[in-house]
Amino acid sequence: MGVYKSEPLKSWAKAKELRLKYYKDYREAHKKGGIRWTGGAWAFDAIPAGLGRDVYNITGEPYGASLAFDKPLSQECMEAAEAKGWARDLCSYMRNYWGSMYLNKYAFGGEYPTPDFCYQDHICCSHGKWYQHVAEYKKIPYFCIDVSVGPYKDLDEDRLMFVVNQMHEAIEWLEKVTGRKYQDDLLIEAVENEFRSTSTWAEICLLNMARPAPLDEKTMYSLYVHGTLAKHSKEVADFYEELRDEVQYRVENNIAALPNERCRLMSDTQPPWGFLKVFRYLEQYGALSVGSLYTFGLIGIWETKPDGTWGPRTTPMQKGEKITTRDQALRLLADWNLSKPEWQHFYDPDLKTEMMLQIVKQWQLDGVLLHLNRGCEGLSCGIMENRLGIAEAGVPVMTFEGNMGDEREFDEKSVMSRIDSFMERLDLKMLESKARA
Amino acid sequence: MFEQFFEWYEKRHDYAQGWMKKTGGEVVGCFCSYAPEEIIYAAGHLPVRMLGSHEPQDVTEAHIFGMFCPFCRDVLAQGLKGRYHYMKGIMIAQSCLHIRQSFTSWKKHVPVDFAYYLYMPNKVQTEHSRPYLKSEFEKFKTALEEWTGKEITEEALRESAELHNENRRLMHEVYELRKGPNPAITGLEAMVMVASSFFVDKKDHNAELKRILPQLKDRQLDRETGARLMIVGSEDDDTDFVRMVESVGATIVVDEHCTGTRYFWNLTQFDGDIMQDLANRYIDRPPCPTKDWEERRRFPHILQLARDYNVDGVILIQQKFCDPHECDIPPLKEYLNANGFPTLFLEFDVTVPLGPMRIRVEAFLEMVGEEELF
Repeated sequence: MGVYKSEPLKSWAKAKELRLKYYKDYREAHKKGGIRWTGGAWAFDAIPAGLGRDVYNITGEPYGASLAFDKPLSQECMEAAEAKGWARDLCSYMRNYWGSMYLNKYAFGGEYPTPDFCYQDHICCSHGKWYQHVAEYKKIPYFCIDVSVGPYKDLDEDRLMFVVNQMHEAIEWLEKVTGRKYQDDLLIEAVENEFRSTSTWAEICLLNMARPAPLDEKTMYSLYVHGTLAKHSKEVADFYEELRDEVQYRVENNIAALPNERCRLMSDTQPPWGFLKVFRYLEQYGALSVGSLYTFGLIGIWETKPDGTWGPRTTPMQKGEKITTRDQALRLLADWNLSKPEWQHFYDPDLKTEMMLQIVKQWQLDGVLLHLNRGCEGLSCGIMENRLGIAEAGVPVMTFEGNMGDEREFDEKSVMSRIDSFMERLDLKMLESKARA
Repeated sequence: MFEQFFEWYEKRHDYAQGWMKKTGGEVVGCFCSYAPEEIIYAAGHLPVRMLGSHEPQDVTEAHIFGMFCPFCRDVLAQGLKGRYHYMKGIMIAQSCLHIRQSFTSWKKHVPVDFAYYLYMPNKVQTEHSRPYLKSEFEKFKTALEEWTGKEITEEALRESAELHNENRRLMHEVYELRKGPNPAITGLEAMVMVASSFFVDKKDHNAELKRILPQLKDRQLDRETGARLMIVGSEDDDTDFVRMVESVGATIVVDEHCTGTRYFWNLTQFDGDIMQDLANRYIDRPPCPTKDWEERRRFPHILQLARDYNVDGVILIQQKFCDPHECDIPPLKEYLNANGFPTLFLEFDVTVPLGPMRIRVEAFLEMVGEEELF
């Protein structure tokens, strides 16, 4: 018996249903005369939404993660990518994705659905190159927006306008390659949905400050993913509001994710998707990962409140701002995204260390597990400096090597053994019932 | 004839400290070949490209995760070991995620007075990158002025741009002499000539280039040219490797490296607004793969070089874990092969295993030369 009561998340079924619908809609878009495009999870997906209500996308990172979760299929994809000569230390999502394309196998059944165009944004070395290859291989048009204009704290008009100007250019390009007339009202609607979904996700994460935490990070992975699929959609924004209400209810009624919660941790970077059992292993010690900069800030948009705490960024709508023009919508969308927590460390690891220490303090954490993720150079950028910074702040920190999408680079025994040592350092013994089991 | 370049390359720290003493200026470490050296030089400082020392080291593991390229770790090692104790300024023009970690860790752990991150655009293929980069150059200029308390005049910028252009033109002249059937210089000499230009005042470098050029025109090397090779890829100043390749029946006649032609190939075109002219030069230069999208503009440029220099084969060199080049090499190999140029792919670390690589190079040369054999 645990100290706290627990119960399954009621929104779980809807989360699964929405996700499957997303992948099915993409596959079947052409049957309904619709458009389908592919690009990254960070692409400004609200922009192609202005082409019509029958525009569907598939974002490469969550798709690569879905493939990674299916180990035999992932292995096939990796081998197909390697057979084409690609290095095996490249982004493992990208290699899974390319492999699925070469094998002509869709992770959700049937053949790989060829997109009509590629549309991406670029902050990591692999971003621009990923869809360059897809576009070449599939002989489809490609557009990419460079967002690497520095951290949000240094944003000025020139830097903002470099992004906004490319957004305008993207719209002209979309009209040209699809032959459709662009609808600004649909853009504005999508932009408002994105503000709502990404701010609400931050609200949900904030609720996890509660003790006991209403959500565990392993569950959060299945929830934040919607923001990486279609953060601009009404369905996702509405779903996050429903989810927020349920999580709020759990907080008010002390419904825990882990009945035996006695140690609160955070992780970092994408997890090794084929080995999410790491989180279940931690639970045997009563240790719960309540989130990470990754789950909170990959799509969640935050701001520092007057009292110094982190909270959901106030949306333009909450400020009473009415969006009426394309340019206004694009400026707000660029500014909103450039404040994304997971875009800051690309320029300086100290910015990430500061945010991580803020989470440690505000969410009352006991330690940090850093996944040295060989599959993602973007989120591993500066990670060793983060380790030093966290340790210098006196916060217990452990590292483990792995790969988010390539299970061949994960040594399960060694990782579990490192966790045992970390738990010992935190003075935790395996819970008796679990130890007996 | 190339002794001076070798001396500058090998004794880069002696030169830099002597330059500081002579001029009273500071040395500013530049972490990528996209750094606008002209602006730094116009401020009265010596821009110096940060390269490694090709020695095994164990000081960077705590700072940069081992999945990043050996070059970026070798560069950081130079700072952590105190080799640049005299250097007070560093800057990076944004490019790949690897080298920027050398910069951010250097800024954090090696004492400097001035550290500047220039947000160089990655999408250089959009026209919007031109005014944007100009604005970034202006911010950088202001930061340099604030650091030194001295204004950088337009006249100084123009003089600096002219000086850098002259250096590029002179190195082009030397490269021209590699096109003929008996190249006047070896690949090793060319590599050291360009690499030394990263470390010395362009005035000195230009003077030395002007001194050797007339002699070079009549120079006959006492060696067989053998197979004419091109080297292409990541950062590469591995002189041991080049020396080995040229000892087994080949001459490297041209390259496409950021330590070679990518660095100096295009000139600043003067069109009125000096800062815009400088920005245009960096936007238009032969791109690093990390900036070569959506269209592939790098490949036709490489092919043109291979044709102009009449090469028999291409060695594709990649720093281990260098993602941008890893994203280019398979399609580049296919592209060059389809255009009649055989390729050999080699992965580099801080030091390279010369024995095994020699076997591979010899086998490649045998294949390249097989038409002559049969």
